[in-house]
Amino acid sequence: MTRPRPRLLKTLACLLAAGLSAGSLLAQAPAAPAAPPPPAPSLEQRIAGLEAYMNNTDPSAPLKVGPKDKDGNPTIPAGLTTPSVGIAGPGHNGFMMICAALVLFMTLPGLALFYGGLVRTKNVLSVMAQCLGIAGLVTIIWWAVGYSLVFGKSFNSPFLGGTEFFFLAGVDSVPNTDYAAWVSQNVFAMYQLMFAIITPALIVGAIAERMKFSALLLFVTLWMFVVYIPLAHMVWGVTGFMNGVWNSGASIKAIDFAGGTVVHMSSGWSALVLCLILGPRLGFGKTPMPPHSLVLCMIGTGMLWVGWYGFNAGSAVAADGVASNAFATTTLAAGVASFAWGALEYFTRGKASVLGFCSGAVAGLVVVTPACGFITPGSSVPLGILAGAIPFFACTKLKQMLKYDDALDTFGVHAVGGTLGALLSGVFANASVNSNLNTNLKEIVGKSLLLEQVKAVALTLALSVVATVILAFIVKAIVGLRPTVEAEQEGLDITDHGEEGYIYEAKS
Amino acid sequence: MKLIIAIIKPFKVEEVKEALAGAGIEGMTVTEVKGFGRQKGHTEIYRGSEYTVDFLPKVKIEVAVSDETAAKAVDTIAKAAKTGKIGDGKIFVLPLEEVVRIRTDERGEAAV
Repeated sequence: MTRPRPRLLKTLACLLAAGLSAGSLLAQAPAAPAAPPPPAPSLEQRIAGLEAYMNNTDPSAPLKVGPKDKDGNPTIPAGLTTPSVGIAGPGHNGFMMICAALVLFMTLPGLALFYGGLVRTKNVLSVMAQCLGIAGLVTIIWWAVGYSLVFGKSFNSPFLGGTEFFFLAGVDSVPNTDYAAWVSQNVFAMYQLMFAIITPALIVGAIAERMKFSALLLFVTLWMFVVYIPLAHMVWGVTGFMNGVWNSGASIKAIDFAGGTVVHMSSGWSALVLCLILGPRLGFGKTPMPPHSLVLCMIGTGMLWVGWYGFNAGSAVAADGVASNAFATTTLAAGVASFAWGALEYFTRGKASVLGFCSGAVAGLVVVTPACGFITPGSSVPLGILAGAIPFFACTKLKQMLKYDDALDTFGVHAVGGTLGALLSGVFANASVNSNLNTNLKEIVGKSLLLEQVKAVALTLALSVVATVILAFIVKAIVGLRPTVEAEQEGLDITDHGEEGYIYEAKS
Repeated sequence: MKLIIAIIKPFKVEEVKEALAGAGIEGMTVTEVKGFGRQKGHTEIYRGSEYTVDFLPKVKIEVAVSDETAAKAVDTIAKAAKTGKIGDGKIFVLPLEEVVRIRTDERGEAAV
């Protein structure tokens, strides 16, 4: 330690004194006549605002002590606020930024590797280009109108959001309390964007190795507007048609925690229809088309599983107890389903395969997606067993019987799994792990909720199938769906993208 | 002079190489090849899709030897490559017209 220098200290003291007197002079300057000072919040109101952070509730609720509005609800007196209102809560907000990154990680590179490994060498880049192309395309759509059409409410419509957030206008770091009390709206918008990216990217699996890049991008653009955006608003929008948890006026009082209907059913059923319209790959059933790298596929599966925590736990839109429960149910369902699929292989054909374990893990994650925040960990075990068994049957038996060329089993895993998950959510939902089920659904949870789930499944299925038929024929008429026979034989990597995935030796 | 071509199981390459070196036979050319004989292929299943893989990976060893060492070389390879199970491979012996050592321009047995 150095000895303090008396001279320097004296100088500092003088400066400080000068500053203070200047400040008091300013304070004494005559102020312009202003409105009366805003009412100050009481200590209780300020503490209640802080406690709202712990409980993930609205921090402005304790301030609603003013005159009642036309609906009879108390309002906040003009100007009354606390430091907790209108800001993001660090824990919840930080958690959601990480979750958003995890969900993006599911597509890039998780899904790209999972699918890329399952195609033949000559098409590995085409699958990756499709994932990347969709990521950029959907980002632009989401920024321009997508977020607003899903999460706005100016239309006050059960089917579409509104125009108020076009070009992300006003979407800043202040939370949108319709969806999250403590998460910045810009973080929420980016988090939801990642869902909008992975959903159409899932379709790639069914049409892999035989659809033109231009055709896919055009199809996805149309599909986002006709299927994803309306469906996401119906299920998650605060005025949504099927948002049973948050919209007391929902026509179908269904539940979907992280996207069983919106993400997996919509993409899976659309994928089946598109693959039927597209027709099988050249030589399907005659020439062998084994996966070119199960190693890549396995790496992608691991990334999907890790990323899925952002998808499922993050769908609580808070780092709260509901997220914790979703984290636990997600883990159990994935582990059990993976093991169940491997075990079924072992007992039916004598060998448990890596692709089997991978498929089972993904199927378990798909099935638990709509349920994860509503069911107990105990329920997630039987759910996991069914998630291993039923998609296993769809991928190994149903596909052989019906002979459609769902190249990478998007239908078998995502449509079958998503549908199963939506139904099982109705069976296993339990308000003891998520009190939000008591808000609008207290009367039907454990009773007629399954019926509501059936209605949601039927609507999702109908919308996906009908829209995809129409859109596929529109795209066919405009740019055509398939590459030429020569291009398909040579591989889409070279013909659509002008590159090769693997060049082991320098060409001389 | 003879050219001996042996098609063997890949994991037997090291043993065959060492046995040939032990028998005083130096030099060989090794190629990774695919094929099938009586062993046929095997079946691979990826989810619901079954594929028969006809061609199995094997290693082809080529050795040029003088007439008198040919029999010993064949015996050495056969002994080292044998597992007794189907798929052990085959050895072909061909007459060899000429051998040239490029560095010295030696010809015939001197070049083997």
